[in-house]
Amino acid sequence: MARLTAENTELALEIIARYPRPKSALIPLLHLAQEQDGHVTDAAMSQIAELVGVSAAEVLGTASFYEMFKFEPVGRYMVNICTNISCQLMGGEELLEHAESTLGIRPGQTTEDGLFTLEDVECIAACTEAPCLQVNYRYFHKISNPQFDQLVADLRSGARNDIPPHGTLAKVRQRIPADRRAGVVTPEDTAHPVWLASSQEAQS
Amino acid sequence: MPESEAPAVDGVVVEINGHEVVARKGELLIDAAERAGTYIPRFCYHERMKPVGMCRMCLVEVDTGRGPALQPSCMIECTPGMKVETESEITKKAQDGVLEFLLLNHPLDCPVCDKGGECPLQDQTMAFGPGESRMVEEKRHKEKPIPISDLVLLDRERCILCDRCTRFAKDVAGDPLIHFIHRGNNTEINTFPDEPFASYFSGNTVQICPVGALTASTYRFKARPWDLDTTESTCQGCSVGCRISIDSSRDQVQRYSGVDIDPVNWGWLCDKGRFSSEAVAAEGRLSEPLLRTAAGLTPARWSDALAAAAKALSAASSSAIAFIGGARLTNEDAYAWAKLAKGVLGTDNVDAQLADGLPAEAALGLPRTTIDELCAPGGTVLLLGPDPKEELPVLFLRLRHAVENDRVTLLEISPRSTGITSLAKASLQPRPGETGDLLRALTASVDADRDIAGVPADRVNAVRALLAAANGPIKVVLGRASLSESVAVTLDAATVLLEARPDTVFLPALRRANIHGALDMGLAPGMLPGRVTLESARDWFAECWPTVPAQRGLDTVGILEAAAAGRIDVLVLLGADPLADVPDADLASRGLAGARTVISVDTLLNSSSAQADIVLAAAGFAEKAGTTTNLEGRVSSLSQRVTPPGTARPDWVLATELASRLGTDLGFTSHVDVLAEIGSIAPAHLGLTAELVASSPSGVLVPGELPAPIVDEEEAAIGDEVSAAADAVDVEVADGASEVETDGGEQAEPIDPELLAELDQAEGAAAQPALVAFSAAPAVVSPPVDSYSFRLVATRKLYDQGTIVQSGNHLAGLAPGTSVRVSPYDFDRLGVEAGGTVSVRSPRTMMMMPIHADAGVARGTAAVVVNQSDHQVSNLVNITDLVTELRIETTK
Repeated sequence: MARLTAENTELALEIIARYPRPKSALIPLLHLAQEQDGHVTDAAMSQIAELVGVSAAEVLGTASFYEMFKFEPVGRYMVNICTNISCQLMGGEELLEHAESTLGIRPGQTTEDGLFTLEDVECIAACTEAPCLQVNYRYFHKISNPQFDQLVADLRSGARNDIPPHGTLAKVRQRIPADRRAGVVTPEDTAHPVWLASSQEAQS
Repeated sequence: MPESEAPAVDGVVVEINGHEVVARKGELLIDAAERAGTYIPRFCYHERMKPVGMCRMCLVEVDTGRGPALQPSCMIECTPGMKVETESEITKKAQDGVLEFLLLNHPLDCPVCDKGGECPLQDQTMAFGPGESRMVEEKRHKEKPIPISDLVLLDRERCILCDRCTRFAKDVAGDPLIHFIHRGNNTEINTFPDEPFASYFSGNTVQICPVGALTASTYRFKARPWDLDTTESTCQGCSVGCRISIDSSRDQVQRYSGVDIDPVNWGWLCDKGRFSSEAVAAEGRLSEPLLRTAAGLTPARWSDALAAAAKALSAASSSAIAFIGGARLTNEDAYAWAKLAKGVLGTDNVDAQLADGLPAEAALGLPRTTIDELCAPGGTVLLLGPDPKEELPVLFLRLRHAVENDRVTLLEISPRSTGITSLAKASLQPRPGETGDLLRALTASVDADRDIAGVPADRVNAVRALLAAANGPIKVVLGRASLSESVAVTLDAATVLLEARPDTVFLPALRRANIHGALDMGLAPGMLPGRVTLESARDWFAECWPTVPAQRGLDTVGILEAAAAGRIDVLVLLGADPLADVPDADLASRGLAGARTVISVDTLLNSSSAQADIVLAAAGFAEKAGTTTNLEGRVSSLSQRVTPPGTARPDWVLATELASRLGTDLGFTSHVDVLAEIGSIAPAHLGLTAELVASSPSGVLVPGELPAPIVDEEEAAIGDEVSAAADAVDVEVADGASEVETDGGEQAEPIDPELLAELDQAEGAAAQPALVAFSAAPAVVSPPVDSYSFRLVATRKLYDQGTIVQSGNHLAGLAPGTSVRVSPYDFDRLGVEAGGTVSVRSPRTMMMMPIHADAGVARGTAAVVVNQSDHQVSNLVNITDLVTELRIETTK
């Protein structure tokens, strides 16, 4: 079980410093942990609990509300196929069935080579592009069965390298310049946050 | 908060089911309705916690002028003109619907559920539910039950997600180790994997769970509610004196539950108290007396054992007789032993404490406060004593509530961090032995310009400013922060505070169950029953006791030293285990070995009583009735629920029997007789009667809540009229501390005329002695700092090798053991691995112990826990030293 690496711990402290209260950094830190290991480990949750000053049970309580945080190892590619109404009408369920036979797994399972985890999901807000799917939360629109097979083959062979491993989120690692920081002010304090002051300045 | 008196001011008139009800301003509708006799069903609402509106069971029709609508009555404050229907068709339909919903996945395994028969879900389904379910689908199944700690089991199928246990854990106990997880379709309560619900207060969640989801491992499948006989009593786990109910069946104690009384425990208990129910019928309980023969301790007949004890006592001169212990006793037991020791045998070598508390003059003589006063909103509390979470857990809950909700400023002065440090506005860690110096600096008129007692000057000055800015008196929780530090240090600190701020009040934080009652009853050197000194009350007691000790006797340290020197012929241990509990184990073992005859009066054999020559089997908690006194001086009732094992007898019987064998009739035929004598001659307790205690479920604060003492003959003559008048006037008391003659709004009991007559007689000859007052203690000169040494801080944990914990199957394993803990800075300097073994050397002895870094320990100090199984650290301590210096060395 992996705790955060030294580099990621440093980043975690930086993320915590962006918020008025350490607890507010909980979700970004969970993303950081998921990015590091592909899923959120117990050890990482314990460490996050220490970092933000809550109990590990509270971290788990918050994290487990969110479907996109995984607590068991998943494949390098998380394939989410929509089966909600628009996609269903346009063949989403057939696509899912096809995906099951191509990958040889049922939804919720991971291929033996550890590359793919298949999930059926509710609406992912791309109804105009039905049937749609996501790989590691990157969209693929109007997918036909051959296109799906091609996608899987490309990912397997490495021909497609534009999809980072599961858990990678650009925003967690963004660097916020000092003058763009919101400023650490608790809601009880009367001081204006930095961003509000600067926008008021701009308006006047 | 539940209070019974009707609102007099700021009333809000609401209409409930057509009847006008006057609610208090801001009162929740569910409370106002209940007070008016209309019970609204509920699961999640608990009067001692903030409402959340989770379960929806308390939906009622509320019309605030915009037409009736269903609203949760636990979330609505009463507003003028509000019209409420709790029994309308719409409300009933809502209740039906909510119950049907709550039961959708409830397994209805009531026949095998511990809660069955006392289950709010069961009861309210019967009273308010639809009768049958439309659900035909398979219910959810989950593994049942899963242990979430050593003491609590969780059955997630039964859970209705009311949030009571999780709110308790987070808001009341401050241990949010259980939480909703997988919120959504699959919400359940659980812990983090491998991080159990190891809270000192976990048992409360079992009691407040409105279904059978949380059950106690100690009570699982033990009894059915309809088989239980219940009596209210007072917990004897520590000196807080929480009110409990004892449930028994088949003459066996099955469990304790918390009873909600306003001045003390609010319904909460700590796990040690709650699960000590297992200690009553512990294996090894003595059912008959034992006498030492060639074959060791062997069972004997009572007549032989008592004759042997009487023979030993009558053969010894009074100065060669000593009594140690008494905290296990009821007030009546303590009084009977005190009368035997001081009034018959004439010895003053009597001490209920084991060199780990405060002198009686301080515990009883300092201006005292109550828990309610301590926690009053906006005040300033100074902790100058032991860790309340470890030693007085429910006091910790009250303090926590006061800090979190009532703007109480908590300041802490303790040589190591405690369970309450995170709640403190400031926490100072003086070097052991130098607390007096720190308080001199804190109460000085100018800022400190240098470090004091190892505390940086800026931190000293910050706390000095906080103390200076405090509104009202400083309220001090006073006790022994470290058992390896001389009590002189604590007394010096109290003296400094009292001199600088004469309005300072104190709550004596002695740990053992009825230690305050034992001190009250005179089980301390230089004291007589009723909080008076031997000097001041000699004449008063000379009139009703056969004799009174000629001079002040020895305390426990003195007794043990005298015994070691061969000057004690008979040492009587009243439920005491000096070997385990005196902080100086070497002294204790020399003392026990040196006493010619050791008589132990105990419920089971401990390390000390196993060395005794005569062991008298005593009845224990729940096996005898009487009264107990908590740290506030509050006297409340103890009840008998089961019969003692074998022929074990209450202590007052043993004292009376021994006295009669010595030729004196103590005059007691029941514990009520003893209390009557206490109420008629103990100066602080005059007017205390069995009826008064029985009619006051929250106890009687002595002497504040006693009927006004009748001090001169004229008043005594009209006493009956006075008390009749007091009877007629229902005096309301704003807080428990006022000296009005009522108990929290209840009527004063009339004074027994017989008692008055007795009083009268006593008045005729000797003047009533004044109660003991604290006299200033001398300043302690700080010992020089030896930079090669670590000063020892010895503290206690809730779970230890004591009788209560070790007598229960479920608590015994929770004692954590000990290691020597030093500051991380010192730890790095020592160059050892965490958990590595070091040699710890005091002037007394050397022992090998594991070492750990602990950020809660100040530099230059080393902290250990006493009375754990793995290392007998009290061997390190020399009790006559001001502090104990340790050398810590690495081993190869």
